[in-house]
Amino acid sequence: MDFGLSEEQRMLQDSVTGYLAAHCELQVVRDAAESAEAQVPALAAGLMELGVTGILIPGEYGGVNMGGLEAALVAEALGYFAAPVAYVASSVMAPLALQRAGSPAQKEEWLPQLAAGECVAGVGVTEQIGRRQGDGVQASGGRLSGEALFVLDVDGADLFFLADQQGLLYVVAAADVEITRLRTIDRTRSVAAISMQDTPAQVLPGSSESPQALHECIAMGRVMLAADTLGAAQKMLDDSVAYAKERKQFERVIGSFQAVKHMCAEMAAELEPCRALVWYAAHAQSAVPADAQLMACQTKAHLAEVGRMVARTATEVHGGMGMTDLLGLHYWFKRIGVNRQLLGAPELVREEAAQVQGWC
Amino acid sequence: MDLTYSEEYAAFRDEVRAFLAQHGHESPPPFQRGRPDAQAVAWQQKLIEHGYAARTIPKQYGGYGAAPDILQSHIITEEFARANARMGHNGDNRLVPTVLELGTEEQKAWLVPPSVRGEMNWCQGYSEPGSGSDLASLSTRAELDGDEWVINGQKIWTSGAQHADMMFCLVRTEPDAPKHNGISYLIFSMDTPGIDVRPLVTMTGEAIFNEVFFTDVRVPKEQIIGRRGEGWFVANNTLKHERGGLGDPNEAETRFNDIVGIMQRESIDGQRLIDNPVLRDRLLTLQGRMLAMKYNGMRVLSEYIKGQEPGMARWIVKLQGCELNHQMAAMAIDALGELGVLYDDSPHLRDEGRWQQRYMLDLGLIIGGGTAQIQKNMIGERALGLPKEPKLNTKQG
Repeated sequence: MDFGLSEEQRMLQDSVTGYLAAHCELQVVRDAAESAEAQVPALAAGLMELGVTGILIPGEYGGVNMGGLEAALVAEALGYFAAPVAYVASSVMAPLALQRAGSPAQKEEWLPQLAAGECVAGVGVTEQIGRRQGDGVQASGGRLSGEALFVLDVDGADLFFLADQQGLLYVVAAADVEITRLRTIDRTRSVAAISMQDTPAQVLPGSSESPQALHECIAMGRVMLAADTLGAAQKMLDDSVAYAKERKQFERVIGSFQAVKHMCAEMAAELEPCRALVWYAAHAQSAVPADAQLMACQTKAHLAEVGRMVARTATEVHGGMGMTDLLGLHYWFKRIGVNRQLLGAPELVREEAAQVQGWC
Repeated sequence: MDLTYSEEYAAFRDEVRAFLAQHGHESPPPFQRGRPDAQAVAWQQKLIEHGYAARTIPKQYGGYGAAPDILQSHIITEEFARANARMGHNGDNRLVPTVLELGTEEQKAWLVPPSVRGEMNWCQGYSEPGSGSDLASLSTRAELDGDEWVINGQKIWTSGAQHADMMFCLVRTEPDAPKHNGISYLIFSMDTPGIDVRPLVTMTGEAIFNEVFFTDVRVPKEQIIGRRGEGWFVANNTLKHERGGLGDPNEAETRFNDIVGIMQRESIDGQRLIDNPVLRDRLLTLQGRMLAMKYNGMRVLSEYIKGQEPGMARWIVKLQGCELNHQMAAMAIDALGELGVLYDDSPHLRDEGRWQQRYMLDLGLIIGGGTAQIQKNMIGERALGLPKEPKLNTKQG
């Protein structure tokens, strides 16, 4: 019995964190956010060298063949640095979908490219978790029509993995679709609406036999977003504590006032248990199938709530400066805000958790 | 991340289970206030013999004498909870470790064996009307008169004083020393003349606390743990042991499951409570908090097993655990609606009125054992490294 990280997992965490600390300083985040694309190629290339793009991909396809927990540690590090790179869709959800539902030929074609960072894949599953009014994605005769909303990791994408209204997964080429970029509050990651009209598409054959692959893919994506929030919130807490030790008013550092000290303590008290929650949820995705969906829903929802509390409180600890573009704290505030809504907002995923447990 | 148990521990679990299957019917009810009765004393004796109580207390002091093994202790706790059997005890979780660590040989031999058997019951004399969070300002004093301490003053919030045989007590023995250096840790019989125990009825209607008054209470000079003037440091040792017991995540999970049970059984206007979407969302929100504390507890346990200091994961347990329990009691009351306010032995009472009792008692736990605000100071100062509040210059004006 050992509930914690192994030596190898700590090494992975250290190497990704170390790389990002050296190469993803605030100016990189700011430049990406102010440019047209949220994907910084140099950063993506560096992370690829560390195995990030092949984190879930088996060795035979050129990946490093790790599990959900390792993938979550990477997501946490990316959140900590608000890293402007594709990850949740391109390196986690798409490779997982291919492995669970792809044909041998599809795996052979795309997994090595994804692992090597030669290909970026966006993922759009809104049809299955938050379908809106209007035209959804419909399949007919091996072609897709309609619009997929909120497709993730769009910048630089060559492929899109899209769910249709029936819950089948398809792959379409980026060159064949119309991409309408959506501007969210968070400019460190890219989302778009994808429109299609009789667009050639390949179905992932496993997805027509069972919805299991789609469910696993969504659950894993949710855990990654929760881990991203964990990292982003930890960064905001660390910044708050550092600021409270430095900023003086009334001839004292503000962290010596209980009002400010208690705000920091409350953030820490809410956030710290989230670490173990994320670890277990991520571990369950690979190792405890019976708990996987429930843990993904509850972890996504809980991190959304704690993330919001930390984002708001940390901004307040910084006073007026917390609101400014100059300080840059807002990049993390916004990243946490977007994570909360993607792949199911808290009320929606809690309801799913109730269903999983047979409570409704 | 390895959530399986090795063969050795799986075998240990089987052994505990087999013991409980054979002897579980001899157990008294899991919880009971007041002095342990004959059944409880006999049960404790049996548990010690098998190594399920006083497990790590040396044999020479009446314990089982095993080496500390956190995972074995955890397995015992889990299996006893599953069997609804009374857990064994270690005498007193505050006093006994303190005596074993800091007491003299005579004190260990005198105090530990009867405490472990459940024949010497303890109460703690720390808080005073004027000294709560600022405990070190306490003013109950003891003066040496020949071979005896003479104690005068008052303690409050003394749980179990009416059933206790003995008290461990903080008193001021050096009134001119700085406040932390003028305190001594004394132990004495509750039968000593001059001690007056008055029950303190709380909002639950019960008196689980007491006020204890001391008037010229004479205690032999050698009934002190540690040296004169060092009682504050002895007591911190005791508090360390007490904080470990508050905010148990297993208890939170059991409570949560009880609430799910209520919400599936009870209905209002023909609708099961769990089918009300607003109540259900609140339930699921609590489940998220409960799961976070559950896995945090497993992480802390694992880090202790590996001999690591869990740091922040440990600091937050009392604050978050007590708050979570309180929120769960509130949820149960709200789900029950009008029935949630029934109390005592009222007709239509649900769950013996447990949720109202907990709602009130748990607020006491948020306050007791270091208030939530003191916990936040400790998290802020000791774990996050924020500076202490500057002291007021009390000599001024």
